[in-house]
Amino acid sequence: MPPATGGGLAETELRPRRGRCGPQATRAADRDVAARAAARNPKRPARGSRRFETASRWALLALVTLLSFATRFHRLDEPPHICWDETHFGKMGSYYINRTFFFDVHPPLGKMLIGLAGYLSGYDGTFLFQKPGDKYEHHSYMGMRGFCAFLGSWLVPFAYLTVLDLSKSLSAALLTAALLTFDTGCLTLSQYILLDPILMFFIMAAMLSMVKYNSCVDRPFSAPWWFWLSLTGVSLAGALGVKFVGLFIILQVGLNTIADLWYLFGDLSLSLVTVGKHLTARVLCLIVLPLALYTATFAVHFMVLSKSGPGDGFFSSAFQARLSGNNLHNASIPEHLAYGSVITVKNLQMAIGYLHSHRHLYPEGIGARQQQVTTYLHKDYNNLWIIKKHNTNSDPLDPSFPVEFVRHGDIIRLEHKETSRNLHSHYHEAPLTRKHYQVTGYGINGTGDSNDFWRIEVVNRKFGNRIKVLRSRIRLIHLVTGCVLGSSGKVLPKWGWEQLEVTCTPYLKETLNSIWNVEDHINPKLPNISLNVLQPSFPEILLESHMVMIWGNNGLKPKDNEFTSKPWHWPINYQGLRFSGVNDTDFRVYLLGNPVVWWLNLLSIALYLLSGSIIAIAMQRGTRVPAEVAGLSQVLLRGGGQVLLGWMLHYFPFFLMGRVLYFHHYFPAMLFSSMLTGILWDTLLRLCAWGLASWPLARGIHVAGILSLLLGTAYSFYLFHPLAYGMVGPLAQDPQSPMAGLRWLDSWEF
Amino acid sequence: MWGFLKRPVVVTADINLHLVALTGMGLLSRLWQLTYPRAVVFDEVYYGQYISFYMKRIFFLDDSGPPFGHMVLALGGYLGGFDGNFLWNRIGAEYSSNVPVWSLRLLPALAGALSVPMAYQIVLELHFSHCAAVGAALLMLIENALITQSRLMLLESVLIFFNLLAVLSYLKFFNCQKQSPFSLSWWFWLTLTGVACSCAVGIKYMGVFTYMLMLVVAAVHAWHLIGDQTLSNVRVFCHLLARAVALLVIPAVLYLLFFYVHLILLFRSGPHDQIMSSAFQASLEGGLARITQGQPLEVAFGSQVTLRSVFGKPVPCWLHSHQNTYPMIYENGRGSSHQQQVTCYPFKDVNNWWIVKDPRRHQLVVSSPLRPVRHGDMVQLVHGMTARSLNTHDVAAPMSPHSQEVSCYIDYNISMPAQNLWRLEIVNRRSDTEVWKTILSEVRFVHVNTSSVLKLSGAHLPDWGFRQLEIVGEKLSRGYHESTVWNVEEHRYGTSQEQREREWELNSPVQVDASRNLSFMARFSELQWRMLVLRSDDSEHKYSSSPLEWVTLDTNIAYWLHPRTSAQIHLLGNIVIWVSGSLALAIYMLLFLWYLLRRRRNVHDLPQDAWLRWVLVGALCAGGWAVNYLPFFLMEKTLFLYHYLPALTFQILLLPVVLQHISDHLCRSQLQRSVFSALVVAWYSSACHVSNTLRPLTYGDKSLSPEELKALRWKDSWDILIRKH
Repeated sequence: MPPATGGGLAETELRPRRGRCGPQATRAADRDVAARAAARNPKRPARGSRRFETASRWALLALVTLLSFATRFHRLDEPPHICWDETHFGKMGSYYINRTFFFDVHPPLGKMLIGLAGYLSGYDGTFLFQKPGDKYEHHSYMGMRGFCAFLGSWLVPFAYLTVLDLSKSLSAALLTAALLTFDTGCLTLSQYILLDPILMFFIMAAMLSMVKYNSCVDRPFSAPWWFWLSLTGVSLAGALGVKFVGLFIILQVGLNTIADLWYLFGDLSLSLVTVGKHLTARVLCLIVLPLALYTATFAVHFMVLSKSGPGDGFFSSAFQARLSGNNLHNASIPEHLAYGSVITVKNLQMAIGYLHSHRHLYPEGIGARQQQVTTYLHKDYNNLWIIKKHNTNSDPLDPSFPVEFVRHGDIIRLEHKETSRNLHSHYHEAPLTRKHYQVTGYGINGTGDSNDFWRIEVVNRKFGNRIKVLRSRIRLIHLVTGCVLGSSGKVLPKWGWEQLEVTCTPYLKETLNSIWNVEDHINPKLPNISLNVLQPSFPEILLESHMVMIWGNNGLKPKDNEFTSKPWHWPINYQGLRFSGVNDTDFRVYLLGNPVVWWLNLLSIALYLLSGSIIAIAMQRGTRVPAEVAGLSQVLLRGGGQVLLGWMLHYFPFFLMGRVLYFHHYFPAMLFSSMLTGILWDTLLRLCAWGLASWPLARGIHVAGILSLLLGTAYSFYLFHPLAYGMVGPLAQDPQSPMAGLRWLDSWEF
Repeated sequence: MWGFLKRPVVVTADINLHLVALTGMGLLSRLWQLTYPRAVVFDEVYYGQYISFYMKRIFFLDDSGPPFGHMVLALGGYLGGFDGNFLWNRIGAEYSSNVPVWSLRLLPALAGALSVPMAYQIVLELHFSHCAAVGAALLMLIENALITQSRLMLLESVLIFFNLLAVLSYLKFFNCQKQSPFSLSWWFWLTLTGVACSCAVGIKYMGVFTYMLMLVVAAVHAWHLIGDQTLSNVRVFCHLLARAVALLVIPAVLYLLFFYVHLILLFRSGPHDQIMSSAFQASLEGGLARITQGQPLEVAFGSQVTLRSVFGKPVPCWLHSHQNTYPMIYENGRGSSHQQQVTCYPFKDVNNWWIVKDPRRHQLVVSSPLRPVRHGDMVQLVHGMTARSLNTHDVAAPMSPHSQEVSCYIDYNISMPAQNLWRLEIVNRRSDTEVWKTILSEVRFVHVNTSSVLKLSGAHLPDWGFRQLEIVGEKLSRGYHESTVWNVEEHRYGTSQEQREREWELNSPVQVDASRNLSFMARFSELQWRMLVLRSDDSEHKYSSSPLEWVTLDTNIAYWLHPRTSAQIHLLGNIVIWVSGSLALAIYMLLFLWYLLRRRRNVHDLPQDAWLRWVLVGALCAGGWAVNYLPFFLMEKTLFLYHYLPALTFQILLLPVVLQHISDHLCRSQLQRSVFSALVVAWYSSACHVSNTLRPLTYGDKSLSPEELKALRWKDSWDILIRKH
């Protein structure tokens, strides 16, 4: 690499250069500055040398790309067992291949791509992906890993090009590329079947195309301008389609676009019509196009997953009717509820589930020691209840009795089919929501007491109407206490098998938590009718699946006494994640950033804030500076600011999140942080070199500084590469270990 | 110096009768019949108990906010001579004669009353007309929700007072800046801004939002100052320094001062001691201090100690063991070592005593000279009553099968040797040879054979373990967590050689010989930290609501109901003001956006000074509303309507400003202007009418008939109490 670097450094600073789409676009303030800088630099390279320069640029890019691919694909097949979250995302890839429906908290695009990669590379979806450490054996997994590594490899050239465009400096771009290539964390994260390489690919693609279309600003509506603008939109859709974290890059592009439009709007030489055209183009490419693509991924998702699978219970009855193999698919069931019917009752709130009971009692000290009643998300025999009249215990299914329908306002009893206990409530406090009443199963073989009586009401109906399966929205009101049956949505502790709490709420506020519908309905005395009317429309299922995903994300709460990763741990590389192996005999892979790179990044952020504020204050005070320094300051404030914004947007929101957080959530932010480091050091070294009057020495300082940073990073990678490529043998505490002496923090576990 | 002899002494008083009249009306509306109802109303039940604690000087911990708010209320009690003897147990309980209701409610009511003239002054300082200023004050005056909230022992009115004071003094300061920087009044108002901000934060954490807003506004103004090239560098530096001191240093110092006074006042031990660390408890009179005073400081080999978990969750507890063993087979079929149970027990007990033993010796008594235990030393922990030593091994723990079981070793003569060596690690050590100290040292026990750490898992054992808490050995490599940290709470040097004698010694109380003190900063940081992390069980409340319901006043809170009649007090706003406040905000935003875009295209609808005023009023009022309202969407605690009141006051300030702007700039002709004024008058009278109609629910002085109450239920979601007879 050094010779190529030298070639790049032979360039003088801030000369406007030919990018891919014409001369560098300089904005308001820096336009004249750059022009002046160019004017001061009368020597223009001859035509031949320019051609040589272009060629060397391409060669350098190729080299960077090649190196990135080489490091990412090196020993990709090891270890040949499931590592860490491969167990989830590999499994979900298999679900796509098998076309069974599942539920996950992330949007589908990433897993769909993994599934596609697996399908194309000959994986048949038969591997179970049960737990980390399971051997792949004859199953083909390299296609999926290779696909992730392929996308992960592009991160480096993307970052290289972005920095090159922002700073116009090859050395800054090279430094960034080196930091990312030699970061063990990025490397590890790119080598397995995970969503992160895919997510980061789209984030960086969006960033790159945004920067590119910004630099085409002087040629609006030209072909490259349209190309980069729409590519930004496509990448945004991709990022959001993989994980909701993609919202942060959308926010960044959004802010950038608003600033851009604000600038155009203030340019009085442009007519309002032109500004309107600009606005329309951005709305089309950055809002309409991504939304359409994002919706399309969901359409494909629903189309591919047409079979009933493990995720059914999370969704509403109407949703399930779409899935073949589900008992609601093309179902024909009795339409109106009658006494003696066996039913399941589902809560209308997202992801609460079915009214459930089982042969376990509430533990001592929690209300009355009677049978638990919960809600449960999965289909189970214990979800079945029988509707009975409150005052007779005769068997209504006796053929000698006529069919009697349940009507709005009737007093009923609900008997649990498996245990023959009645749904019951009383003035005891509920286990978790102390202001509500406890709901239990009570009585023997259907005989209980008056606390078993419930009034069944259909929301917004008149008294005396029949009750329809699936479509009627029901409330169950406890006769004695006047409270309403509902679920609080809180998870019971271990004694309740982590099912959800059911309570009887004395507050009659109408929320979905206390409204139910009847889902399954079995009554041999009634004629079955077909239920094709249920088919929900595409917008409905799209909305519902989003609600369920958001609910799922909020539900990932850390438990007490668990060691959890905190956002402030991340930039200091406090603790990694074990991808594979624990003991000294295992093949161990440990996700941990290259500490040299990460600590350099951390230092750079502090240094950037310092130097940035000094420059900003100096400019605000109107200090006169030479054109070179002014140009460099612009690079630092604008280019660096753009990247710093990216880092902040991808990092700080995590402090507000209540869900469980992991170390790998920091990696998108880390990409931005590395770009900042590249820009900062290059600019600082140049400023430093400019400060020293004698020219040859100055250039020497710059070259030496960049070279030492490059070599230092490379050497640290040499030291830490076993983290990513796998370690066998004694743990690092052991002086025998090859990693001995590298455990710089006690919290690292390799 | 003798000038006053030469010239006549003249005092010119400048009395703004508007201001006097507004203050008078404010006082009248807030103080009228202040002692009625003579019963506990709503959250008085909550704040009252803290007032009692202050009166009795008993330490308490409340996570709802910093102590300044409680202290303000307690000051009222102090002035009224309250002795603290009242059982604050239910809403509606009649106050006994020793409770000085008037003086307890006086300070919040005064704060509420003074907010009225302050609103007037703020609008004036924003350079809008007298008419608009009087309008803002009159709206504050008749806003029912503000009246209700001010007349009780609650903190919102005090918070609003300090919020407004911060805004007002900043504006005064800002206006001084133009004419006479570094003058006396300049310094006064600048400092007052910092003080008011700090008081607002001290009353409720919510005050932070207004503080942040003031900081941002001050920072923007300071940035303009930096850009002002007519000022010399030194002068700019002086400006910045003055602002940093007044707006950053003074608030921080004042905040610490609140805690200082709080801790000085509350020196007796109380019901919340258990949550605090042993060191903190030892600093309180009559609590742990009574037991631990005079314990020997340095733990030595042969010491008898009780070990308390520093984490203290789910309950504070001590390392404990007893005769019973782990069941051979657990309910789920897993096996155990069948050795003696080790648990964590939340009560004081003789079985909590452990003896620190030197592995190389056999004695269980201290030797002379004493051999103190240091960081890194190898120790055995011998259970005092059973003389078995603490042990862990590669057997799954009963409730957390991923961790190791911890037991007291019984030799069953099977091939399972004792693994009872622990290495002592002092977590908060200053040097690597530090001595293990009673109460002060936080230690971890690292098992020598398996490098696992003694940890409180937080799970409860089933019946065989008497529902005590589970203790496990957790792999050291899992990282640091407070549940692995312990400290010595009670300590004495063991002297009895024989087991019988030792049991007698363990049962006897600890002797007394010296005392230890914690520095203020240590006590402050511990208290503040506990207050921030303490999670009270936030259950759903009958009157809790979501932020979306506040803007349109879709909810209310029933504060109090007369025990016999249907006189009742509700937190219920003046719906005309609420709706028009939100409308004014929307109009402001639209107009602002419209002007902004047009200015960008070089169309200046407003003259420069009018535009700057318009921006400043938006930053303070619309910004004040936003920062006091929007963060609630991110909060997960139980929210009530009264959380919206600070935001509402900012909306009320904005309302007359928008009206004046419409009249000045959007009404083209005199006729339009007159019609608009007439409309405004009509609108204001309707607001007065609504206020008057809702008055019985605000003051609770009149018992309405069920029909009248039903007629007041303008929204279905309002919960007005109607007696069934």
